[in-house]
Amino acid sequence: MDVLYTIFIDPFVQMAEAPDFLLQVVWEGFVAGILYALIALGFVLIYKASGVFNFAQGIMVVFAGLSLVGLHEMGVPALLALIMAIGVMAILAICIEKFVMRPLVGQPDIILLMATIGMTYFLIGLGEFIFGGEPKQMITEELGLPTGSTAFEMDNGGLVILQHIDIAAAVIALIMVGGLAVFFNRTRIGRALRAVADDHTAALSVGISLNQIWAIVWFAAGIVALATGIMWGARSDVSFALEIVALKALPVLILGGFTSIPGAVIGGLIIGIGEKIGEIYWGGLVGGGIESWLAYMIALIFLLFRPQGLFGEKIIERI
Amino acid sequence: MNSPAAHFSLHGRDDGLNPGDVLLDVRNVSLAFGGVKAITDISFDIRKGEIRAIIGPNGAGKTSMLNVINGFYHPQQGTISFRGEARRRMQPHAAAASGIARTFQNVALFKGMSTLDNIMSGRTLKMHRNFFWQLLHVGPARDEEIANRRKVEEIIDFLEIQHIRKTPVGKLPYGLQKRVELGRALAMEPDLLLLDEPMAGMNLEEKEDMSRFILDVNDQFGTTIALIEHDMGVVMDISDRVVVLDYGRKIGDGTPDEVKNNRDVIDAYLGVPH
Amino acid sequence: MFYRETGQFKTSYTADQQIFPIRQDRIGVAIILAVALLVVPFVANEFVLSAIVIPFLVLALATIGLNILTGYAGQLSLGTGGFMGVGAYACYKLVTIFPDVNVIIHILLSGFFAAAVGVVFGLPSLRIKGLYLAVTTLAAQFFLEWCFIRIPWLYNYNPSAAIEVPGKTLFGVLITGPAASGVARYFVVLAIVIGMTLLMKNLIRGRIGRQWMMIRDMDIAAELMGVRPLIAKLSAFAVSSYICGVAGAMFVFFYLGASEPAVFSITLSFQILFMAIIGGLGSLVGSFFGAAFIWILPILLRVWLPAMGFDIGAEAIFQMAQIIIGALIIFFLIVEPHGLARLWAIGKEKLRVWPFPYA
Repeated sequence: MDVLYTIFIDPFVQMAEAPDFLLQVVWEGFVAGILYALIALGFVLIYKASGVFNFAQGIMVVFAGLSLVGLHEMGVPALLALIMAIGVMAILAICIEKFVMRPLVGQPDIILLMATIGMTYFLIGLGEFIFGGEPKQMITEELGLPTGSTAFEMDNGGLVILQHIDIAAAVIALIMVGGLAVFFNRTRIGRALRAVADDHTAALSVGISLNQIWAIVWFAAGIVALATGIMWGARSDVSFALEIVALKALPVLILGGFTSIPGAVIGGLIIGIGEKIGEIYWGGLVGGGIESWLAYMIALIFLLFRPQGLFGEKIIERI
Repeated sequence: MNSPAAHFSLHGRDDGLNPGDVLLDVRNVSLAFGGVKAITDISFDIRKGEIRAIIGPNGAGKTSMLNVINGFYHPQQGTISFRGEARRRMQPHAAAASGIARTFQNVALFKGMSTLDNIMSGRTLKMHRNFFWQLLHVGPARDEEIANRRKVEEIIDFLEIQHIRKTPVGKLPYGLQKRVELGRALAMEPDLLLLDEPMAGMNLEEKEDMSRFILDVNDQFGTTIALIEHDMGVVMDISDRVVVLDYGRKIGDGTPDEVKNNRDVIDAYLGVPH
Repeated sequence: MFYRETGQFKTSYTADQQIFPIRQDRIGVAIILAVALLVVPFVANEFVLSAIVIPFLVLALATIGLNILTGYAGQLSLGTGGFMGVGAYACYKLVTIFPDVNVIIHILLSGFFAAAVGVVFGLPSLRIKGLYLAVTTLAAQFFLEWCFIRIPWLYNYNPSAAIEVPGKTLFGVLITGPAASGVARYFVVLAIVIGMTLLMKNLIRGRIGRQWMMIRDMDIAAELMGVRPLIAKLSAFAVSSYICGVAGAMFVFFYLGASEPAVFSITLSFQILFMAIIGGLGSLVGSFFGAAFIWILPILLRVWLPAMGFDIGAEAIFQMAQIIIGALIIFFLIVEPHGLARLWAIGKEKLRVWPFPYA
């Protein structure tokens, strides 16, 4: 009975007794979720436009962050470094389109997936070669991002502390999501992107330039990666460990669907908040550290009940 | 008859049914996907030894009907009895085990395998050696493999595809792929063979070849055949009885001649508004 | 040329269905085996055996394990490292609990633990397909990694949280632990890898292997031919995980000598996946090619690049090697998406019809 109590009752009692702490945990989860969502957004962009699951999104985040910090370390002023980092992502996008995507037009998805795995290897090597392997401090203040924090007092006297950078991250993420949604649904290029995702050959046949579209979309993913890199870097630091964190985008995408931008945000929030609450209130029962796999388990259990994801249509198989 | 097929048999099991007895009976079957009705209250039967055609315009529910028969879709209403055993829900592998084989509208071969392996895959249910024999691949496991290979080679001879035995099926032209698919279904030694547009996309010679194979299978092995086909010439020539579907309903059933003169059928095909 | 089938007629199906139906292939395999048995152990020094050849063979075996699941049964897995870890830790515990039983038996038994874990994590594959399944195996990977860290019983409560391999003997010769000679370990590894490869080849060319490929190529059609997806998929998970588990146990017992949980991380999973992809999914010989490419090439690059004048320090060389591997992966995908095994097959095909371009 004691076991059942510690698993099913006690955590909720704790939550009820210290609502300020619960709120703090939820907020932490919310911010982590926003960052997952940003990573997932990069995946969704590429997936929508080319049907490729871009394994390299995580390393692109690292690479973008490293470029920014690395350039600043070399003496470039922060804002100029930001612009140059955007330039680096543009060059990267053009190179990926020219040397990876273009020669692989029309290949099965799995081949393109593997190519992005190859890109991951390449970029890890290149990133370490240029910038070194050790973690770097993000130049938060130099970029004019807010630092410091605000504390809100609760009714029971507890405090909930919100870091300003976290608030900024949430706002920037929302702006990006809104912008991308408009871009996809309201512009000519957005429609072309969706056409390309459906069928390369058919898109070509109606006069859409695959090369141009892919360069644009990889660049957009690069911008998202840069934003993610800055935000994530400001919370911890810029390191290659982020590459593993980026894998969390997979459960996020599974909850939200591979092609849905709002889905990526909602999925990110579910995963972020879910794993924080799980870790704080239940993790201690099994020795802690369950954050490393809880997200995947949540997605897995979810999949068993809804194999098509949160927003996916029920699949009717035809033969 | 000098065909090599004359020397072997692919007869299904001896089930005590005589030619002309009802083999498969479809009773009041309805199937819907969400709000879309694919099949509405259809009843017909297939008799042992006959060639039964299912025809109708695109979207009439023909393929859905086959999918219901071999357990891939589960109808909301109605029953299907095969050899007198009624069933509502059945898994596809159970249908396969009870003696129903099938080819597909869009060739559904195993693309990564050779012709030989594809037809061997039809023998899956005829092979029983357990995991550990398979692991060693000696004695009984190898004997079983060889015995089944022999059957498969007979089918390869029958369908005249010896020259592409070891070719990956993905490399074959469409007409030959269709033929390999027929071979794979035959390898199951079925009692009831369902053919979904076996002649779609074929030229005249290929259609003639395929018609000959279908008639030979029916004639020599006594296999009951249900086929969907759009080429009316072929259908009227080779089938014993025809059932006509339109918008998920049955609008005609009978011999080719009866169906040809059926008012509803003519309307459906000429596009008279409902 | 010399690689001709002309005149080699098969008079029985047995002869036609042997593993190497072409005489020249049989001769080639015999030569490779002779070199592996009679030349390598006497020519290669301790470093080459311990750091290159032994891990290459073990990783090739793990790649075969993954290939069973991903290449033959079509179920993508990112959890190979975790399953290998289960094998390694199971073997360690078996050796601790039953110290008198021969270590080879422990290694072969440890695979069953990995197989059981593999089946549990394979259960969702009945409802989930493709990339979605990757999440299942990622869950397995991270969960198992967590277990290796958080369950001290698994590493006998060692303060270092690592497992250390005790010295064990076979026929009186020391084959595990730091004192075992490279040659002794090499022969044991070679024997297990050859044996396992042969058994897997047998499975693949029989009914069970065909069922896996049926599920991979077209699961619906497979079901309509009488394949039960439950049995086909779970058997692929079981066999694959067994092989991976054995490979994991060998990785620690014959190569590393001691290991910490980080060895069986997601990085190892990816490395094995690359080997399977580069070698060619659905090919046993490709597994060896892929393992050689991913394991041996970086070592060679680290030796060659300084020799060619690029003396830029050990770390930079390591990073250069990674860049080159990444670029080569993409290059190979563009040239031949089906991996080295397909290139090999095309090469043989060309030789058979030489001097004509087509058969």
